[in-house]
Amino acid sequence: MSHHTTPDKKFWTPANILTAIILAVGLVLTVKRFTMGIGSVTNLTDDNPWGIWIGFDLLCGVALAAGGYTTSAAVYLFGMKKYHSAVRPAITTAFLGYAFVVFALLYDLGRYYRLPYPLTIYPGPTSFLFEVGLCVALYLTVLAIEFSPAVWETLRWKKMRHYAHSLTLVLTIFGVILSTLHQSSLGGLYLIAPSKLHPLWYSPYLALFFFVSSIPAGLSMVIFEGGLSHKFLHHKMDQTHIDEAPGVTLGFAKAAAVVLFGYFNLKWIGVAIDDNWHYLATGWGAWFLVEVIGFVLVPCLMYAVAAREKNQKLAFWASIVTVLGIVLNRLNISLVAFNWQLPSEFRYVPAWEEIMITVFIVTLEITVLRFCLSKLPILHEHPEFKEAH
Amino acid sequence: MKRRKFIGMLAGAGACLAASSASAGGTHHFTGYPESFGVLFDSTKCIGCRKCEAACNKVNELPAQPVPFDDLTVMDKRRRTHHDTFTVVNKYAVGDKPVYRKQQCNHCLEPACASACFVGAFKKDKTGAVSYDASKCVGCRYCMIACPFEIPTYEYHDPVTPRVRKCTMCQPRIEEGKLPGCVEDCPKGALVFGRREDLLGIARERIRKHPDTYINHIYGENEMGGTSWLYISGAPFSQIGLREDLGITPAPQFTSGPLGVVPAIVGLWPVFLTGAYALTKRKEKISEEEQHHAVAEAVADAQAEAAKKLKAAMDKAERDKQAAVDREVKKALKDAEEARKKEAEAADAGEQ
Ligand code: SF4
Ligand code: SF4
Repeated sequence: MSHHTTPDKKFWTPANILTAIILAVGLVLTVKRFTMGIGSVTNLTDDNPWGIWIGFDLLCGVALAAGGYTTSAAVYLFGMKKYHSAVRPAITTAFLGYAFVVFALLYDLGRYYRLPYPLTIYPGPTSFLFEVGLCVALYLTVLAIEFSPAVWETLRWKKMRHYAHSLTLVLTIFGVILSTLHQSSLGGLYLIAPSKLHPLWYSPYLALFFFVSSIPAGLSMVIFEGGLSHKFLHHKMDQTHIDEAPGVTLGFAKAAAVVLFGYFNLKWIGVAIDDNWHYLATGWGAWFLVEVIGFVLVPCLMYAVAAREKNQKLAFWASIVTVLGIVLNRLNISLVAFNWQLPSEFRYVPAWEEIMITVFIVTLEITVLRFCLSKLPILHEHPEFKEAH
Repeated sequence: MKRRKFIGMLAGAGACLAASSASAGGTHHFTGYPESFGVLFDSTKCIGCRKCEAACNKVNELPAQPVPFDDLTVMDKRRRTHHDTFTVVNKYAVGDKPVYRKQQCNHCLEPACASACFVGAFKKDKTGAVSYDASKCVGCRYCMIACPFEIPTYEYHDPVTPRVRKCTMCQPRIEEGKLPGCVEDCPKGALVFGRREDLLGIARERIRKHPDTYINHIYGENEMGGTSWLYISGAPFSQIGLREDLGITPAPQFTSGPLGVVPAIVGLWPVFLTGAYALTKRKEKISEEEQHHAVAEAVADAQAEAAKKLKAAMDKAERDKQAAVDREVKKALKDAEEARKKEAEAADAGEQ
């Protein structure tokens, strides 16, 4: 590990200046949101009560944080030891991902200070949202414990690290159960509104779709972030991480190809079961095909080829297409194909302030992630805890 | 053990989910409280005077409206309910004459909003009213997503205590034995308040008596599992803003099935995952054992080899030693012989 930032390196790089501007604007809008109401910074209406804060921050945020449970399950439950170095970065991004999902929710909830109500004071268990809330809360706790060894190591609190570490197996199993439940529940949320969601996207299998697609989403984020940290944080990585990276990328690419193919087939079963074929000839049908072929089948084939030819570059590009595809799918369900029958003047288009707050939250998350990756033993093993896994 | 406790907790949560979803939308068909009330709206009698809107505004103590209620031009545009307007009357052009239709919460028998709310802030009351309790609400607005009639509205500009707002069917007035505000002030009898069962009878009777005036359908009798507000009309319902593609499935049934899968996942996943883990461990153990075995064999081979070598070496040493001894003996014998010869020679010489 040859780090040591040169002291004369400038802090005000263009990237940091941009970050600072975004954070400043975000703070101003945050004040506005919490003093003048949700309506002062969003285009939400009575017809469109959920905008990009739910469609992007919540739905996409949770799906893309699925790398945590997929990676730890692969390594600890299915014995793929050679991917071990991928666990910590995946857990870290998952933990931060969920933490920021909850943070973003505070903006969207009218009475954010009552967030614990559904879990404590008034449970409403007939609601899929209750399940989402319960599982996300529990899973965030699980991730916090799974993430904590990196902190204990840095602090050299050996006992704490030992306790946290001895829970690995239980936490992994727990994490998979909770993820299965809340990943699918996010899809389940829309089951209650068959008259509002376009039939090509509405399906009694929505919950299953969300769960299955969260797997390639998680795998792709691991590949994608792996590729990025190789480029930009190479100096923070130790030899094990560097050596294992190609294996992780190609192994995950193979898994993603298989699951994407299964998901592709499921989507067609979804169309067939309600006999919605005639919608394919409409504009909505064309848009559906763009999603299912362009952003499910295409990355599936890219991954397959990448895995067979051991082409890491191709796998990296496939991961980008997959991630975009997941985002597209979640936005289609929550915003684009939702309320499709409303006249266009009543449709929702996000306000710039709304987008800005989302950008603000994502920027904040990346800043914290960058901090963690550079200060904590995540891309390398702590010298005092080597081989202690 | 910690692990068992964790999984036990989860299973508990799952069972609780299953139990409650079963009672909310499970196998039996809930058809509302038998004695509950409702309102029948007859579009053939409505003249679009907005008196019901004014009454609603008054009895619910809603803020004054920018356009007075006697200004009928507002009806040229499609309107919907808002947080300070629980009911609106819209004008629809059907054929050559206008048809008016009042809109407000339909007070579903099995309300989508109540099933969607994750703190149970909505409740179907025995009066028929679907009531909202602001002291529970978290403000997630899932109820608004869920309502098929697009009724609940929100106070988007209240930063601290925004409420979901909608028609209450004047539940407080009903409990006092009064009529809902809109019904009381309707000058044309387009609104009839009563027990839902009786209203269905009235509606059927009107349709039977005037088959040319009415379409033979009572909107709300079965839509989304039935609603407390009922509509009869001479114009097709889809032309007066009431969707006819909603079906008759009560909203909670869309989710009760998938929610019922939860306990199965909670029950089966740990078994499966622990199994996968055990298999992995077993595989590792077997390969470890095989490795052990191989090492032991190699060690044994090596030892045997070494023993053989040692024996050979010892044999050789033995042989060498024997040879040395033999050599020494031979030499000694030879020496002795020579000494004996010398002695004999010397003796010979002495005798001479
Ligand atoms: S019309 Fe909407 S708000 Fe009213 S009870 Fe039915 S689902 Fe709830
Ligand atoms: S906004 Fe309030 S009443 Fe509506 S679903 Fe959310 S918590 Fe329940």
